[in-house]
Amino acid sequence: MKYTRLALSLVAVGLLAACSSAPKTGADQGAAVEDRSSGASSAGIDSNRVVAVDANAASGTGLAALKDPKSILSKRSVLFDYDSYVIKDQYRSLIEAHAKFLVANPKMKMLIQGNTDERGSREYNLALGQKRADTVKKALSLLGVTEGQLESVSLGEEKPSCGDASEACWSANRRGDMLYSGEF
Amino acid sequence: MNPRILSVLRSTIPGVLVLASTLAQAQLSIEITGAGANRMPVAVASFEGESTLPRAVTDVVRADLERSGLFKMVELGPTPIGADAPVDFARIQSKGADAVAVGTVSPSGSGRYQVQVRLIDAAKQAGLGSQMMVMAPAQYRTTGHRIADFIYEKLTGEPGVFSTRIAYVLKSGSRYELQIADADGSNAQTALASKEPIISPSWSPDGSRLAYVSFEAKKPVVYVHSLATGQRNVAANFKGSNSAPAWAPDGRRLAVVLTKDGQSQLYSVNADGSGVQRLASSSGIDTEPSWSADGMIYFTSDRGGSPQIYRVPSGGGEAQRVTFEGSYNVSPRPSPDGKSLVYVSRNGGRFQITMLDLASRQTQILTDSSKDESPSFAPNGRMVLYATEVGGRGVLAAVSSDGRVKQRLSVQSGDVREPAWGPQPRN
Repeated sequence: MKYTRLALSLVAVGLLAACSSAPKTGADQGAAVEDRSSGASSAGIDSNRVVAVDANAASGTGLAALKDPKSILSKRSVLFDYDSYVIKDQYRSLIEAHAKFLVANPKMKMLIQGNTDERGSREYNLALGQKRADTVKKALSLLGVTEGQLESVSLGEEKPSCGDASEACWSANRRGDMLYSGEF
Repeated sequence: MNPRILSVLRSTIPGVLVLASTLAQAQLSIEITGAGANRMPVAVASFEGESTLPRAVTDVVRADLERSGLFKMVELGPTPIGADAPVDFARIQSKGADAVAVGTVSPSGSGRYQVQVRLIDAAKQAGLGSQMMVMAPAQYRTTGHRIADFIYEKLTGEPGVFSTRIAYVLKSGSRYELQIADADGSNAQTALASKEPIISPSWSPDGSRLAYVSFEAKKPVVYVHSLATGQRNVAANFKGSNSAPAWAPDGRRLAVVLTKDGQSQLYSVNADGSGVQRLASSSGIDTEPSWSADGMIYFTSDRGGSPQIYRVPSGGGEAQRVTFEGSYNVSPRPSPDGKSLVYVSRNGGRFQITMLDLASRQTQILTDSSKDESPSFAPNGRMVLYATEVGGRGVLAAVSSDGRVKQRLSVQSGDVREPAWGPQPRN
């Protein structure tokens, strides 16, 4: 199992590094309100804090982590740069943790919702949001999550987490959210 | 027809869209921000016997014609002129009216009324046509719109759109309502209320149904909704996103955008959700399909690197690029006669309604706003209804195909968005 985890992590590192771009500042990341945790900035993931998920726990203990503010699994948002559909390096550990959880809990399903900022056509933005959701889905798939567990959809510009017409808000709205069974 | 009237009308463009309202909470109000250059002076006399009705039909007729931006209403005073009464042409001409409508309202039994209307060319002192209708008193608005359509068509040679309806989405706080109103904004009715977004309403060709995208299932799903019964069915709910419904001219099939096989791509389905078929394929995004009367499907695609408008024969074939200027051209809608295309273009960061003459390739930016979205043609092709933003709030606006007549429609609180102009009613 450990070997598998390592292998998956390497795949993840390779994938994420391949499509990483310059990280944004912490101030931008703090704006996402889709965060289910209280207080903590959703996207400002402490790269030192990787929660150890017991891969053998098919249910029960692992599920509690989904809502535990101390667990990385309670973080659900990935922010994207303008006109970008690649996952930034800083979200590597977040994606890995969720992949690990889904592999360990094959009955759990995830709905990935892609979002965009408000500028331009609603329907075209819906298609752009889909690209973001698909990117997250692909990253999780490459880490071993089965196709049947994942659905990527788009909310386009319809569900902004931040309502002002400012770059700070727009960057908070360019995001992918991960929802688990029972949350959608 | 009077050549003088024709020449006046040739230099202007018919328009319509009046939004007053009956609902206090969602009161749509209209502001006229531009009118035709040469408005034709027309008088609508008070109809004989009209005072027996609870509300005057001629008030509706005058408001319709005035707000079209095409006509200048000439006041004749309160004295009614009956449909068969002799007309004092010297007086009409002295008031400057080129045409005058006269009429008679009389009881026709069972609480109903007969309305007779006659339209007269004041210069030639000759009749332009007459119309007779029977109405219940509560139908004074509908009757007024039909009379305005009659006058409009006689004077312009084109059908009016005063009797049509519009659909739009009203967002108040976290509540979304898909509403249907008369083209003058009255009789607003809610077809669907939801806590989740509703976008992209599309009218069936017969005006009885709307297709739209609702996010009530936490993802975009396409529904078909019968307005008279409130019954609705899922037309597309595949894995991934389902969006951008557009009725085929036959009223049986819908073009939709699905992501079940990867990126957003064009498909068609029957209105009941059966019989899904691929319409086109690309390696990029294809979305916002819209059928033209001549069997083409116009759509937005980023297959060339930036979002541009393309078209493909609805029966299949090679896609052809339609727009080339600029790096962002989206939301295409072919005109009812198939000769032009309206869409949203980005010009230096501003999103504006743009008209393309398909034969000459000439483009014209019709608006001076900067957040325009979702254009749709009036069924006579003379006006384009769209969404824009004023003072941070979503409003509807309409502009004539030549950019001259401009109207703005807003509610006191809340955002209005995603408008779609309905088809001509089928009597």
